[in-house]
Amino acid sequence: MIRFDAVTKRYPDGTVAVDSLELTAASGQITVLVGPSGCGKTTSLRMINRMIEPTSGTIWLDDTDTASMATHELRRQIGYVIQHAGLFPHRTIVDNIATVPFLLGTDKKEARKTALELLERVGLPPHFAKRYPAQLSGGQQQRVGVARALAADPPVMLMDEPFSAVDPVVREQLQDEFLRLQQELGKTIVFVTHDIDEAIKLGDQVAVLRVGGHLAQLASPVELLSRPIDAFVAGFVGRDRGYRALGFTTAGTLSTRGEPTVTLGAAIPKGTDTDTWLLVVDAQQAPQGWLDLGADFTGHETVSDELLYRGGTLATQGGTLRAALDACLSSPSGRGVVVDDGGALIGSVTAREVLELIEARETERQP
Amino acid sequence: MIADVVTWLTDSSHWTDTKFDTGIWTQLLAHLKFVGIALAIALLIALPLGLFIGHTRRWGWLVAGANALRALPTVGVLVLLTVIISPHFQGRTDTGFLIPTEIVLVLLAVPPILSNTYAGVQNVEPGIRDAAFGMGMTGPQVLLRVEFPISLPLIFSGVRSATLQLIATATVASYLPLGGLGRFIYDGLAQQDYPQMIGGGVLVAALALLTDLVLATIQRYVVSRGITRRFSSKQAVPDSRIAAVHETDGAHA
Amino acid sequence: MTVLADSTSSSPLHFAQYFLDHSSEDLRLLWSHTWLSVVPVVIGLLIALPLGWTARRYRWTYPPIISITGLLYTIPSIALFVMVPPLLGLDTLDPLQVPIALTVYSVALLVRVVADGLASVPEDTVQAATALGFRPVERFFKVELPIAVPVIAAGLRVAVVSNVSIVAVAGTIGLSNLGQLFTQGFQLSTPDAYYPPIVLGIVLCVLLAVVLDLAVVGLNRLLTPWRRAVPS
Ligand SMILES: Nc1ncnc2c1ncn2[C@@H]1O[C@H](COP(=O)(O)OP(=O)(O)OP(=O)(O)O)[C@@H](O)[C@H]1O
Ligand SMILES: [Mg+2]
Repeated sequence: MIRFDAVTKRYPDGTVAVDSLELTAASGQITVLVGPSGCGKTTSLRMINRMIEPTSGTIWLDDTDTASMATHELRRQIGYVIQHAGLFPHRTIVDNIATVPFLLGTDKKEARKTALELLERVGLPPHFAKRYPAQLSGGQQQRVGVARALAADPPVMLMDEPFSAVDPVVREQLQDEFLRLQQELGKTIVFVTHDIDEAIKLGDQVAVLRVGGHLAQLASPVELLSRPIDAFVAGFVGRDRGYRALGFTTAGTLSTRGEPTVTLGAAIPKGTDTDTWLLVVDAQQAPQGWLDLGADFTGHETVSDELLYRGGTLATQGGTLRAALDACLSSPSGRGVVVDDGGALIGSVTAREVLELIEARETERQP
Repeated sequence: MIADVVTWLTDSSHWTDTKFDTGIWTQLLAHLKFVGIALAIALLIALPLGLFIGHTRRWGWLVAGANALRALPTVGVLVLLTVIISPHFQGRTDTGFLIPTEIVLVLLAVPPILSNTYAGVQNVEPGIRDAAFGMGMTGPQVLLRVEFPISLPLIFSGVRSATLQLIATATVASYLPLGGLGRFIYDGLAQQDYPQMIGGGVLVAALALLTDLVLATIQRYVVSRGITRRFSSKQAVPDSRIAAVHETDGAHA
Repeated sequence: MTVLADSTSSSPLHFAQYFLDHSSEDLRLLWSHTWLSVVPVVIGLLIALPLGWTARRYRWTYPPIISITGLLYTIPSIALFVMVPPLLGLDTLDPLQVPIALTVYSVALLVRVVADGLASVPEDTVQAATALGFRPVERFFKVELPIAVPVIAAGLRVAVVSNVSIVAVAGTIGLSNLGQLFTQGFQLSTPDAYYPPIVLGIVLCVLLAVVLDLAVVGLNRLLTPWRRAVPS
């Protein structure tokens, strides 16, 4: 547990970067600090490992006042990941990862063995061990940065915009893996970002700071989306927050209706006149796309790939309301396709049905 | 003339000492001695100082001051110091000439080593320093384990340029009655023995080239490949396309 | 030496008196020292520009050009002085040996500087210039070279300042320049130290180095007016 107790940071030039901050980052959880540029996120984070000394107030690490520890001792217990990874260019990847164990005097062979395991853990192939940072892409370097912070198995990790310097696709992969890793490791993590979407995706709790270093709201992601405390937080969280909040509500078991299908490669059925859209599945019953029966099929005998409309997303039974609604809205037939965990078709729902479910949830929550 | 120079250089009697003349080997050793002493002193002064100034970012004016020394004419300072110092060392020894020579050589070698060391440490990416401190390295650990190895290429180029200037200027020491390879140049000039004079020039040039080659080789082995980027072709720096492929691989691993 | 110690005081501080006593001779030495310090750098730059451009334009020529010039720069000045005449078939002690050797030096230093300076031009700028329809030669003189000026100027400063000191070395092998003041002082210092010519030589050399350095700085500012427009 990390606890900020009336922590203030005033820089020598008079800038108050953090103003009497009260905040607790619970053990084993991810606490995200988010807010506009210059609001004091980095300053707050770096005061935890005393890269910056607070002007006043106390930061507690469990029951210890951090100010009472030698800085290098404190820092060796805290993993630290920064934006551009900050890898040491003159050391191989494996030695970069083993930095802190080396500092702690761990046997070199032992430390390298652990480093290799970590390399795999963060999703990099073992032959990267002997490479140098310059031989890795930005995203790969960032993974090494995470591995390096984990090497001494510190209970606490501080991460300052670790994924912001990579492109969106890689960023998503890194975020997903980070969550998976955290599920296994259960570290106490303080994570800084200026991206509200990242905050909501990763945080167990999110602290929104406003410029001047004031804590505006500390809440779980759902609560932040559904009940922003004031206009600033509401504005920062963004316009479609209601829709995004659905991402945190499970749909429960959707009552689906059966959906007529045709298998890929079968003969094109002749016009059933009720509906023009027919769902196409493969041999494993996995939905592939929609067939427009009203279209002109000259030259085609069977249902083939190039006849399909693919755009629609799929909802998983037991998934979120957001996914269910999105499946309906993105389907050309207006019917959202629901599949089981294995990806096989269960049936379909309509947007109206999902909305009724949402309304029902709302009334449940507000007695 | 070239043929005469070759004859002078290949005449084995010029290489060893005779009753009247000091041979090439002896003068070469003398030359190396001037250079070696000065280089050692300059390293002892400039390396720690440069590391310290670069790391603490204090006393930066010292570097500027040392660089201003470069505007001094070496020969002038050499003569001035000799005129001041040598009268205090009457007698048979060279000390009266050796001390001013070494002072001039050290003055010459300090600025390039100092300013390159300083620049090397100073230019270490702030993110790397930050990460090093953030992981719990102490100040000296950051300096010796991170900043120093990363600055090595620049430090080496400072040391190499200092060494070359030392070899060149140690030649001028023969302008005073001291040994060294410059002896052949100044004696050749005085005796109008031009093959000897030019031969001396060739020897100095060869020594400079050889020394630089040795230092370059040492540098090659001492500086991390991660910094020189001298990677074997098999694991070349990934271009972005290859990197993207690895990225996806990793994600699904 | 024709000059004898006719000043009565041998104090180091009397170098100004010494200068006044021998002003025409000293000015001649200063003038030839200046000439020897400047002209080789200018010629060297004129030779280095096309070489540096080639090293930049045809990448495969970069390693050989840079290593050969690097090798030349490794050779000590005094060795180069005495080696130039036989290599070029000149008389030993030809008056051209020193300027030629210094030019070789300047080329050796500046080729690398020019190549690095051109490399410092952002690729985007080069591409934009090409897209605007500049032909290669035009682009070089109107876009790449002006942008490379600061880097080249930094190299020129090193070249002129070190030249002032190297030229003095040439004085010790008999060329007439400020280096001769040191030879005179050295010879006049037996049995007792006679400082004025030595100090005068050092002072004039330092002044010359500073003035030439400032001249390059000024030229750089003149040629890169856009750099002053940057808000500070
Ligand atoms: N060393 C310093 N001296 C003076 N002011 C500083 C210093 N470091 C930061 N500040 C100021 O403190 C405030 C908070 O800075 P901080 O770096 O914590 O912001 P941040 O929330 O991390 O912003 P960003 O999202 O842009 O990284 C800013 O106004 C900044 O200008
Ligand atoms: Mg920040």
